[in-house]
Parts: sequence; C-alpha cells; structure tokens
Amino acid sequence: MKNVIFAGVGGQGVILASKILMETAMNAGYDVKESEVHGMAQRGGSVDCNVRYGEKVYSPLISKAGADYIVSLEMLETMRKMEYLAPGGTLIVNREKIDPAPVQTGVMEYPGDIEEWVKGNVPGSVFLDTAGALKEAGSKKALNIVMLGFLSNYLEFQESQWIHAIRSLVKEKFIDMNIKAFSLGRGLKAEA
Amino acid sequence: MEKKVLLGNEAIARGAWEAGCHVAAAYPGTPSTEILETVARDYRDIRAQWSPNEKVALEVVAGASVAGARSMAAMKHVGLNVAADPLFTFSYTGVNGGMVIINADDPSAWSSQNEQDNRWLARAAKLPMIEPSSPQEAKDFTALAFDLSEQYDRPVIVRITTRIAHSQGIVELGERREVPVRPFVRNPQKFVMLPAHARPRHVFIEGQLLKLKEYSNTSGINRIEWNGRKRGIITDSVAYQYVKETCPDDSVLKIGMVWPLPDDLIREFARGVETLYIVEELDPFIEDYVKALGIACTGKEIIPLCLELNPDIVNRALNGKGNEAAFPGYESAPIPPRPPSLCKGCPHSFVFNVLKKLDLTINGDIGCYTLGALPPYSAMHSQGCMGASIGMHLGFEKAHGLEMARKSVAVIGDSTFVHSGITPLIDMVYNKGTGTVIILDNRGTAMTGHQDHPGTGVTLMGEATHELDLAAVVRAVGVKRVVTVDPAKIEEFERVVREEVAAEEPSVILSLRKCILKK
Repeated sequence: MKNVIFAGVGGQGVILASKILMETAMNAGYDVKESEVHGMAQRGGSVDCNVRYGEKVYSPLISKAGADYIVSLEMLETMRKMEYLAPGGTLIVNREKIDPAPVQTGVMEYPGDIEEWVKGNVPGSVFLDTAGALKEAGSKKALNIVMLGFLSNYLEFQESQWIHAIRSLVKEKFIDMNIKAFSLGRGLKAEA
Repeated sequence: MEKKVLLGNEAIARGAWEAGCHVAAAYPGTPSTEILETVARDYRDIRAQWSPNEKVALEVVAGASVAGARSMAAMKHVGLNVAADPLFTFSYTGVNGGMVIINADDPSAWSSQNEQDNRWLARAAKLPMIEPSSPQEAKDFTALAFDLSEQYDRPVIVRITTRIAHSQGIVELGERREVPVRPFVRNPQKFVMLPAHARPRHVFIEGQLLKLKEYSNTSGINRIEWNGRKRGIITDSVAYQYVKETCPDDSVLKIGMVWPLPDDLIREFARGVETLYIVEELDPFIEDYVKALGIACTGKEIIPLCLELNPDIVNRALNGKGNEAAFPGYESAPIPPRPPSLCKGCPHSFVFNVLKKLDLTINGDIGCYTLGALPPYSAMHSQGCMGASIGMHLGFEKAHGLEMARKSVAVIGDSTFVHSGITPLIDMVYNKGTGTVIILDNRGTAMTGHQDHPGTGVTLMGEATHELDLAAVVRAVGVKRVVTVDPAKIEEFERVVREEVAAEEPSVILSLRKCILKK
C-alpha cells in the first residue's frame, strides 16, 4: 500500500495531479481510492488530496503518520500536513510562498524558518525550485505536473505509464505541454 | 469489463444512466453538484435540468415519475429540507416510473450551515434509504434504487456524504438499459392526495415498509461479514471503510439499506458476537434502533456525535490507539490559516466595503458573499438558510420599528433570490416593510462553480432560454424603488445605498457585476 498526499492552494491543480497518479496505479493493476475537497476550500483556501493504492484499499482517507509521500505545492501548506507524514516518509516541497489572507492583511506573519525547520526535523525532505522548469514548460499552471514528475522518481511506474495516463486525462491541446512539464519535473535535481 | 476511476458523484450519474433514467433535476449544492453536471456533460440522453430550487426539482421529478419516466432528483442535505413538503406527500402517492432522490449529507459541515443527519428524514417520510460506501457502490446502488422504487412503489433515497460524493475510486462500467417510459394511467385514488385518498395510502405504505424490511433482511444489501466473534461492529456509509481498515479481525454487519433496518439480521449478528459496537457518523440513528430492539451495544459513548469520522478516530475508539504524528510539531510561530476568501476584484468586495463603511446591520444569505462575514469585511450579522435574508430583514423591522430599516440592509445573490427570495420580498411589500434589499447579481451560481439559473438565460444542457428579468420581477411584486448599479462604481453605489436605505418604502438595489471568475 502506498499513501500520497498532495497539498496546495485552491487553483494549483492538486486534483489533476491526483487523478493522473490514480489512473497510472489503476492501469498497473492496483486498487485505488482518493479523497478531495471541493466547495468553500476552492475560494483560495487550503486544498489537499489523499491518494492510496495497493492490493485492496478501504478508507479513502490516510491516517496520521500514514503518508509515504507528501507533495506540497506551497511552503506553508506543508506544515498543515506534517502530522500525516509516516516515519521514514518523504516530504517534497515546492519552494514557493503564497500569502494567506491573514498575512495579506498584516494580522499574522508568514513563518520565515519553514525550510530550516523541516530540514532539521524531517530527514529526507526535498525542496525544489520549479521556476526554471515552469518557464521551460511554458506555463506556470504546469506546477502540479512538474511536481508529479518529480514524485514519479520515487514510485515504481515507468515513464511511459505516466505519459499514457496524462494523455487520457488532459485536454488535447495541453497534452504536449503537460508531458514536457512531467519530464522536466522528473529531471529536476533534488536538493536535500 | 471497462473500468474507470470516478468521483462518487460521477458514479451516481453513471448509475442513473445505466438504469435507463429519463429525467433528472437538481439545484446545485456542495457536495451534490457534480451529479447533474456529469449527467449534462456525459449522459445527454437523460433530460437534465437545473430547477430554481430543490422543491421544484423534486416536483418535476415526481411529475416525470407519475407520468411514467425513470427520474432522479439530487440535492444537498439542507436542500431536502426545502423539498420536504413534496417528499412527504409523494411518499404517499408512490411512483409510476422509478423515482430516486440523491441526498448528500455533509458531516463536518465542509460547505454547509449545519451537520444534520438526513437518515431521520427517510424514517419520518417512510421512504427506503440506501447508503453506498464507495464509488462502485454509488453507481450500483443508484441503479438498484430505480428497480426498488418500481418494485415497491416508493420513491427511494440514496444517501451519500461528502466523503462518498468527493472521493474517487475504481468503478466497473456497464451499458445503458433502455427502459421504456410507462404510460400514465389516471388514478386519482393514488395520485390525488385528498384526505379520503391519503388515509388508505397511509395503510398501503406501512405495508410496503414491512415488505421492504423483508428485503432489508434477506436481499444481501445488508450483509454480515463474519470474522472473529469477540467483537461485532454494525456500520454504514464511509464509516464501513474505516472499520474495515482499522478492525480487520472483527465481524461486521455492513448496512447498505439504512431504512428500513433489518431486525432479523441485527438480532442474528448480535447473537453471534460477544460485544456489539455501532460505528456511524453524526446521530445514533442505527444505535437507537438497535437499543429499541432490546439489544445492548456501545456507540456514541465512544464514537463522536459531531464532525465526520476518520480512520484515526475509529481506531482510537475501538482499539484504544490512534496514530500519533511521527515528527515533532512546529512551534516557532503560529501557522497562519488559509480560510476561503473573496477573490481579488470580486464584485461582492466592493459592496461589503461600502456597507461596512456605512456601518449598516446586514442580514445575509447563502453564497460566496457569506464570506463577507469574515475579515477584512466582517460585514454580515445574520444568516441562516437559502432566502432567509429578506424575511429576517422584515423581522428586524417588525421587532424594532422603522428606525431599524434605516440602518440595515438584506443582501442576497441572484441565484439565491430566484431560489427562495421572491416570496419573502412579496411579504415585505404586503406587510408594509420599508427595508432595502441588495441583490448581488454576479450572473450565476458562483459558489458552487458558476452554474446557470433562470436569470442567466441558459439551461443546464447549454441551450439558450428566456432570461428572467430580476428587475421586472421585483417591480411586479410591488417594489417601486428599483435601482440597478455597478458596485465597482464605488461612489455611485454608496450614494444609491444611502438614498435607498433612507427611503421609507421598500426598495431593491440590483448590484450588477459579473463574477470575475466567469468567462
């Protein structure tokens, strides 16, 4: 059984990233379940998806300390999901800050030491600079796929299996861009 | 067999299509919205529509059923409150073509004003209710509901929760079964609920419930999964999955039909285990029933009444251990929350800035604009259910007199106004209120994802239709002061609000500006 959490901010595309992972896992013969958040959470709120695949999956939700991978598309969102990371689990973080409303209005401060703290407390955590890959892919919207591409290095599926899933789930005119983004993400250098 | 990863709500749409459903109607509401959106996108041989509200949707669906078609209504839990009147009486008439109501509860109130448990409504309305626990069952149970409806002459409720509606899983797809629309045969004793007809129908439906109880006991929709006999757990909906995950050695009675409940099966299960537990979200619906059968069990003593369950809660309650975080908590600074908020440039933000500046008391309603209650606006002081703003606004004036109306407004969205804002506006005029109503017309049902409604001039199926003229409606009910203004013209908007609030007669401001997310 593998458990993956995608975390981010409404509009960053965590649901599509989850769908591509699910499709890939299903095509490889696994049972798959996922849970996601709609509605209020989409008005710029925190969004996360739980994806689980294995021989047989019951709960669509991942337990605390149960996630093998947490892929966070935004720095602060990482911190909300920390309690779900399994011992020995891998944290993959996009080094980007999006100020939430209380920070925008000056009521609270965006914590400045997230990366330092994570590196000190979570062995094997990875911080990524995605700006270059996004520029090369040609769209900032491809962040979800770049991050998925990086995650793919850790999972057992072949690149061709991922690309097959992308082709079946992404709109025709965006397929090439997304495949490129996936490959760029897969090739990103991990910076421990 | 073709397999596909589907969202619970997509699986329901698929199930309706495979069952030969002819007509579907709904009003959008999280977590039910994607059901009709999927029908309109993928299964266009079903005649699907947005209705102005859930009551109308259910009546259209009841009409289609009585006329002979297989029909489906979909709504969130509080939507079934709006539709409770037709629900309780179409229970008496029963059906002709199969009639299915998809009811989406929202434990944890992720996108709702309450956490009500609608299993009680099935019992109160004397209707069978079935509960899928996965996307596969969401499809299968929806299709089954049409057959049960025709077989037992009952509308059938399929109850899902947010974790069923908005979770994905692998679903085996089937083909559409073409079911002919039955002829309508005039039968006033069945379809006209005069008191003289209703009394014998009541007797009839009590008999049908007994037959359904037999089905509940014997059909396999409720099933015992024997395992260790030390502990037995009765569970339903997504809680079943948490139980299977965390208590793999225990026996389970999986409830798929939660009304009527299977007395014989419950007794057999209780006899077969040493200790009996009930694991269900929200109210002790199954637990109270089991206890009323004279069977001892443990439920809400250890399972929370409030908020949704998850594997950790069930694990802790049943096994005395929950997973704890594997890493230390971050403590150097508070983590700022990321609450939902109005978008940059949202038309509502202009409105709330002005209303806040004028320090008005604001009776609010349901939509994106309810976020006006939060900082930085903090500009909403009452809100309850769809359409309540206008009636409450009149109530404020009745409580405190004309002066109250000079320092308060009601705000309501365009879709919410059409849903249930028109009758209270009639009341305001009829009962000599002098308040000001601001209709926040952003040209769509924004909160749930920009669905069309009668005021947008487009149907769910994407066809052009008559565009309801809100200003004309407002004038027709007797409001003489009607002003349309763009809230982004801040000074003009403020002037209009000052003038209308000051006027000692009912007034409506149509604050017209398209949602910035809408193409």
